[in-house]
Amino acid sequence: MKHLRSIAEIGPEAVHRLLDLTDHMVEVNRRPNPKVPALRGRTVCNLFFEDSTRTRLSFETAARRLSADVMTFTVASSSVNKGESLRDTVETVAAMGVDAFVIRHRASGVPWQVSRWTTASVVNGGDGWHAHPTQALLDAYTVRRALGRSGGLDGLRVAIVGDIRHSRVARSNVEVFGALGADVTVVAPATLLPPAPLAIGVTVTDDLDAAIEEADVLYLLRMQRERISDAVIPSLREYSARFALTPERAMRLGKHALVLHPGPMNRGVEIQVDPAELPGAMITQQVTNGVAVRMAVLFDLLAAPGATIGEAA
Amino acid sequence: MKTLLISGGTVVDATGERIADVLIEGPTIGAVGLDLGTGRPPDETLDATGCIVAPGFVDLHTHLREPGNEDAETIETGSRAAALGGYTAVLAMPNTDPAADDRAVVDFVRRQGAHAGLCDVHPAGCITIGRRGETLAPYGELTAAGVTVFTDDGFGVQDPLLMRRAMEYATGFDMVLAQHCEVASLTRDAVMHEGHCCSALGVPGWPSVAEELMVHRDIELARITGARLHILHASTARSVDLVRRAKADGLPVTAEVTPHHLTLTDEALRGYDPLYKVNPPLRTKADIEALVAGLVDGTIDAVATDHAPHAAEQKERPLDEAPPGMLGLETALGVCLPVLTAAGMAVADVLAALSWKPAAIAGLERHGRPVTPGEPANLAVFDPTAEWQVVPAQLASRSRNTPYVGHALRGRVRHTVLDGVPAVIAGVATK
Repeated sequence: MKHLRSIAEIGPEAVHRLLDLTDHMVEVNRRPNPKVPALRGRTVCNLFFEDSTRTRLSFETAARRLSADVMTFTVASSSVNKGESLRDTVETVAAMGVDAFVIRHRASGVPWQVSRWTTASVVNGGDGWHAHPTQALLDAYTVRRALGRSGGLDGLRVAIVGDIRHSRVARSNVEVFGALGADVTVVAPATLLPPAPLAIGVTVTDDLDAAIEEADVLYLLRMQRERISDAVIPSLREYSARFALTPERAMRLGKHALVLHPGPMNRGVEIQVDPAELPGAMITQQVTNGVAVRMAVLFDLLAAPGATIGEAA
Repeated sequence: MKTLLISGGTVVDATGERIADVLIEGPTIGAVGLDLGTGRPPDETLDATGCIVAPGFVDLHTHLREPGNEDAETIETGSRAAALGGYTAVLAMPNTDPAADDRAVVDFVRRQGAHAGLCDVHPAGCITIGRRGETLAPYGELTAAGVTVFTDDGFGVQDPLLMRRAMEYATGFDMVLAQHCEVASLTRDAVMHEGHCCSALGVPGWPSVAEELMVHRDIELARITGARLHILHASTARSVDLVRRAKADGLPVTAEVTPHHLTLTDEALRGYDPLYKVNPPLRTKADIEALVAGLVDGTIDAVATDHAPHAAEQKERPLDEAPPGMLGLETALGVCLPVLTAAGMAVADVLAALSWKPAAIAGLERHGRPVTPGEPANLAVFDPTAEWQVVPAQLASRSRNTPYVGHALRGRVRHTVLDGVPAVIAGVATK
C-alpha cells in the first residue's frame, strides 16, 4: 500500500489487514512505555491546511509512538498566508526529506493532486466532503472490538444519520462498513443527501424512528449550524426534532446497540442525551482507538518490508 | 499581384466536392480547377496532396485573454494557435479586463489582431456593462465598431427583464445575442456536473437543469421579441431538445457545441485534475450522444472551441479554486473529425459546422465562402487521415491546459491561407 487516500482505493483486503494490525498497536498503547522503534528514522509531515487539533494530535501521537520524526505545518502559521501555492508548499517541504504526508484540506481531492508532486506516501487526514479514511477505520475497529468480532461484520445493521451530503466521515464509513459486509442505512432528508446514491446496496431513508429500532450501530454525524443558510434545512430545531438522538429515541435503541460520533459533538443538536448515560456510547473509545489505527496505517505504509512492531524503543 | 497555387488537393465547400487546384491572386481566388497553367508560374505553391482544401474555419468562441490576462494568452499567440488549427477567423470573447463593452476595447482588440496578421480577430461585445448583468452595453456604438456577436460569456444574464430588454433593443441592429446559459443560484460553488461522479467525489455539482432553464427562458423571450439568439456551448441532452423544438417553430435560434463536450465525460475528473474542469462541465455519455446527434441533424449549427487558456499554476490549484476552461484551437479538427465522421456525418457537414455555418451566424462575409473565383482566399488545407498526438510543449498557445494529451487525434492542418497570404505552411506558422 503506497497511500491511504480513501477506503475505496485500498479495498477490503487492506481494510482487514489494517484492522488486524490495530490490535497489535492497541497492545503497544497499553504498555507502561507505549513506544516502539519501528519507524525510527522516518519522517512524517502533517500538512494541515484546515484547523483540526484532535486529528492532528492523534496523528502526531501515532507517529511518535512508532519513533518517527514529526513535522507539523498548520495553515494559520504558514507561508500559505503569504500566497505560496499548494504545489510549492508540498515540494518545498518534501525537499526536506519526508516519507509520508498526512494531509487535511478543505478541498476534496487534494491528496490526489499532492501525490502528483511528491514521491512520499500520502495519508488523507480529511479532504473536503470527500473522504476521511482513518476516521472510518477507527470507527470500524471500535465496533469490531466492542462486539468482540474479528474479520467481517456481515449482517451488522449500521445506520448513519445526518448531513451525508457534506460529510467525508459518512462517505468513508459507507465504504468501510460496506467493505466489511455490514448492511448500511443512511438517514437524512433529501437536501442532505448527495445527488446520486453513494453506493449500491445502501438503504436510504428519512425516518430515523424506524431506523433506530433496527440499528445495531447508530452513527451520528455533526450537524453544522452554518448549513441553515444554504436552505438545506429550515432550522436546527426542525433538524433535531426529526434527526437527533433524543431521550425518547435513546430509550428505543436496541439494548446492545452501539452509538458512535466522530466528534466534536454539537450537544443539543444531533445529540440530546449525555453520552455518559448511554451504555452503548463508544465516543471515548473511538478517540483512543484512533491513535492505534493511525499507528497501524503509518506502520503499514512506512515500515521496512518484513519489519516487526518490536519491543520497547 | 502575388499569386499562390494550392495544388493536388480536393476542394470541399458548401457547393460540393471536386478534385481541383486553387490559384489565388492577391487576396482573392482567381481560378479553381485542374491544369491551371496560365503561362506565368505562381509566386508560391503549397502542396495539398492527400489534403482537403476548404474554407477556413471560423471559431465563434475563443478567449484571447488580451487585454488583462496576457500571461495566459495574447491576441498574437492565440491567433497563431488559431491559424495552426485551420481557423481564418475567431470571435474574441469580451470577458477581458477591461471588458469589451465599449468601442475603445473593441478597437484595441481588432487592431492587435490585424497587427498579428495570422487570423481575422473579430471582437465580440458584452450584453451588459462589465458583464455585470445590470445595464445594457451600447449596442449602437459597438455595432458601428463592427461588432456582430454580443455575449456576457462566463456569466449568463440572470435577470429575465434585462434579457428581454436586451433582445428588444437588439432588434434594431444587425446582431446576435449569444447566451452562456447558467442560472447562477443553482450552480453556486459547483465544480463539475451534478451526477454520480460528483456524489462519489464529494464536490458540489452543476445540475443540467441550470443550463436548460435559461435555454428555455431565452427561447421564449426570443419568441416574443423576434431577436436572434445563439446558445453558447450547449452541454445537455435536454438543451438540444429545446433548440430542436425552437427551430421547428421557426425561431431564429442557433447553437454551438465544443469539441470537449463531444468527447469527454465527467468521469475524467475522477483523479481530481483541474485540467478537466470547465464551464459548462463535462457531462455524461447520454449528453454526448445527444450533442453529436444534434450536430448530425443540424439542430446544433456549429462547433466552437471555447478556447480558454490558463497559466499552469492556475490549473494546479485545488479543484474548487482552479479556473474552468480548456484549450481548443489547435486540436478542434483532430478531435471533431473522428467523432463526427464515426457518427455518420459527411466531411462536408463537419466542415459546415467548423466553417460556413459559424461564419453565417457571426455575419462574417469574408469567411466560410465557397472556393470559387472572386471569393476571398481564406482557406484551410488539411489531411483528414493524418493521425497525431498533441505535445503540450509544441503548442503555439501560451498556455498548456489541453485535455487531449495521449488521445489519438485524426485530421491535421497543413496550410492555412488568410486573405491570400499563407499564415501556416506545412504545419508551421509563418510568423
